Amino acid sequence: MHRTGSLYGQFKTLEQQKDTATLGMWIFLVTEVMFFGGIMLAYTINRHTYFHAFAMGSNTLSLGLGGFNTVVLLASSFTMAMAVWSAQTSKKNLITLFLSLTILLGFVFFGVKYVEYAQKFHHHLVPGKNFDIFYCANNPAKCEDIDAADMAKEKEELEAAAKADPDLNAHAQLYYSAYFGMTGLHALHMVIGAGLLFWLLKESVAGKFNAEWNNPVDIVGLYWHFVDIVWIYLFPLLYLIDRHK
Amino acid sequence: MRAEATAPALKLPEKHYLNATYGIRSWLLTTDHKRIALLYLASVTFFFFIGGFFAMMIRLHLLAPNGYLLTPDQYNRMFTMHGVTMVFFFLIPSIPAILGNFLIPIMIGAKDLAFPKINLLSWYIYILGGAFTLWSMVNGGLDTGWTFYTPLSTIYSNSAVAPAVVGVFITGFSSILTGLNFLVTVHTMRAPGMTWFRLPLFVWAHYATSIVMILGTPVIAITLGLAAMERVFGLGFFNPAMGGDPILFQHLFWFYSHPAVYIMILPAMGVISELIPTFARKRLFGYHFVAAASLAIAVIGFVVWTHHMFLTGQSTYAAVAFSFLTFIVAIPSAIKTFNWTATLFGGSISFDTPMLYAFGFLGLFMIGGLTGLFLGALGVDINIHDTYFVVAHFHYIMVGGAVMGYLGGLHFWWPKITGRMYPEWLARIAAFILFIGFNFTFFPQFIVGIMGMPRRYHTYPPEFQIYNVMSTAGASILAVGYLLPMVYLTWAAFYGKVAGENPWPATGLEWKTQSPPLTENFEVTPVVTWEAYDFHNRPDLGLDVPSGKGSPGVVAPAHGDD
Repeated sequence: MHRTGSLYGQFKTLEQQKDTATLGMWIFLVTEVMFFGGIMLAYTINRHTYFHAFAMGSNTLSLGLGGFNTVVLLASSFTMAMAVWSAQTSKKNLITLFLSLTILLGFVFFGVKYVEYAQKFHHHLVPGKNFDIFYCANNPAKCEDIDAADMAKEKEELEAAAKADPDLNAHAQLYYSAYFGMTGLHALHMVIGAGLLFWLLKESVAGKFNAEWNNPVDIVGLYWHFVDIVWIYLFPLLYLIDRHK
Repeated sequence: MRAEATAPALKLPEKHYLNATYGIRSWLLTTDHKRIALLYLASVTFFFFIGGFFAMMIRLHLLAPNGYLLTPDQYNRMFTMHGVTMVFFFLIPSIPAILGNFLIPIMIGAKDLAFPKINLLSWYIYILGGAFTLWSMVNGGLDTGWTFYTPLSTIYSNSAVAPAVVGVFITGFSSILTGLNFLVTVHTMRAPGMTWFRLPLFVWAHYATSIVMILGTPVIAITLGLAAMERVFGLGFFNPAMGGDPILFQHLFWFYSHPAVYIMILPAMGVISELIPTFARKRLFGYHFVAAASLAIAVIGFVVWTHHMFLTGQSTYAAVAFSFLTFIVAIPSAIKTFNWTATLFGGSISFDTPMLYAFGFLGLFMIGGLTGLFLGALGVDINIHDTYFVVAHFHYIMVGGAVMGYLGGLHFWWPKITGRMYPEWLARIAAFILFIGFNFTFFPQFIVGIMGMPRRYHTYPPEFQIYNVMSTAGASILAVGYLLPMVYLTWAAFYGKVAGENPWPATGLEWKTQSPPLTENFEVTPVVTWEAYDFHNRPDLGLDVPSGKGSPGVVAPAHGDD
């Protein structure tokens, strides 16, 4: 099929092309809901079965970093929406600005995620041979980034949890499997989103978007908002519930 | 057949999609839905051969109660690879990716699907997934059963599980993208006047199939993803030693794999809905009911998955609920079968090859479907679960149903796809051979299953040997029934009699274009003002349309642009 300007050959009008592409993105997002839904189901079932271990797992996550990341993503959704608005009102410079901001905020998110993942690695909380939920409690010198008050609290909670669940370490490893699985999958989707945003940036710099044709910005916006919503689910599920007694 | 005694020999059109451009790049980089359909035809047939090879190994081994052909471990790998190949690389893509891709844009009056490049991408994803699975085969295959149950697949199996699981994971995206393309196409690309209830039921069937594809396939993707991560990285969701639950895997697996069987049968039902009106020369009875039933099958099919798990120790309440729902899901299929039969009543029936396949479908799907009810009955299932009764049940539906629909459709639309007719008498003989071979292969399996022969075992008690020998003999006849069409359809594509625009004749937009069609399908976008299957309204077709009970008496004038 040949392309004349923005119109692809299989379509009669730009309107039809817009409706088709938008519907396609919405249906794709439905498949993503089913995809994430599977692992969220596995997580939810296990949280119910092993709530001591999972509560312990939640306690080892940093509320500060997670909360900050949530704000970052919400802000990036805002800048994305502003990019869509700019495209709809033909404000070409603003499109570029807001897309760049969105990408920047995305990278901030990645940076924080990297810090969190690195922390987990050092604390022996990555599933595998060296996984040990008791590592920091038993080796406070090795976990200097946890201050004394938090350390004491964590020790106390660990003891209570271990009493309630003799297999705490194995079940906590399940929590971390879900943690890395879900946030990893989410991060992968964000990387893809960042790629799409870079492409959009290139197109916007080339002046492709205006009030008459801005559909690509719109549908990448849909995708980005979806990735944001997944995080809005992940944050409470992983960081907030059962946090402290 | 029309009298053509004095008609001049037909000629192929000068320009069509096959000769529009030349060279390997014009095929491998095509975005033409018709060429992509042929790419799929080649690759799906390739995997069918591979799956067939594994079937042959199984049946040869089972000739003797203590078979000498394969070791127990090798036998496990054979039935596993047979299942994996046939389910994921043949049955699921076959009709949608080949016939659906080719026909849907033409049937709705569009130039192509909504997303032609995504269509090509879906083929490449299929090839990539197939490559991973072939890699697994080359490394000894896997022995877990196509159901990949944990913890065998994730921990204990010493076979090439990971590449196969990755291969199936990847191929799932091919399915998702095809479904997405079809859904959007049917919503936004219909020609003017082609309202929803004027669509051919083939399109409705694929619409329903696409709903299942996009809602179900992501679930198996994540499930296999978790299983692969467990095998490779030691995560523990399905590992009892770590507090995980193998039953969780089964629930997640079957949540897709049950709807998957509807992905396999709904398109075939769509084909039958096209064949029966054509060869009875009569409007389909109960169009709206058949369309609604397709959607109902798709929806209800999502809530019956636990009937694969009746023997896992679930609660009686759950078992009763799922058994009840399993009985309910049979109802829309039955509605369709009654409507097809009612279409035949009062029709002017001919026994061209596609119709032979349609009749085969009607009978064999009915047997397969009814035996599903046996399995859905809790008390009975305790005795026949994991026996050959199950094997016979799903082969009656998958082969007796889906493959018959596939072959019937291939024959019916072959003149449209290639511009040439296949040899009719040879094709009818092949259809009979296939039907006989099929029944000899699988009917004894019902009997031996009721008698207690378990599935997936490399040995069996000697008193079952006669049935197994009969089954293997039948399989060899069935193989001939498959090979013949592969040979003569290929021959016909190059040397068959030129078919012309509408050789059957049939209603439907695809029969108003040249054979083979132009790349852009229509010279002028059609404007539709007629209902589907309007045989009673088409004197131009030269049919001797019955004016009996089933059809309206008055013949209205033909519609304009024939």
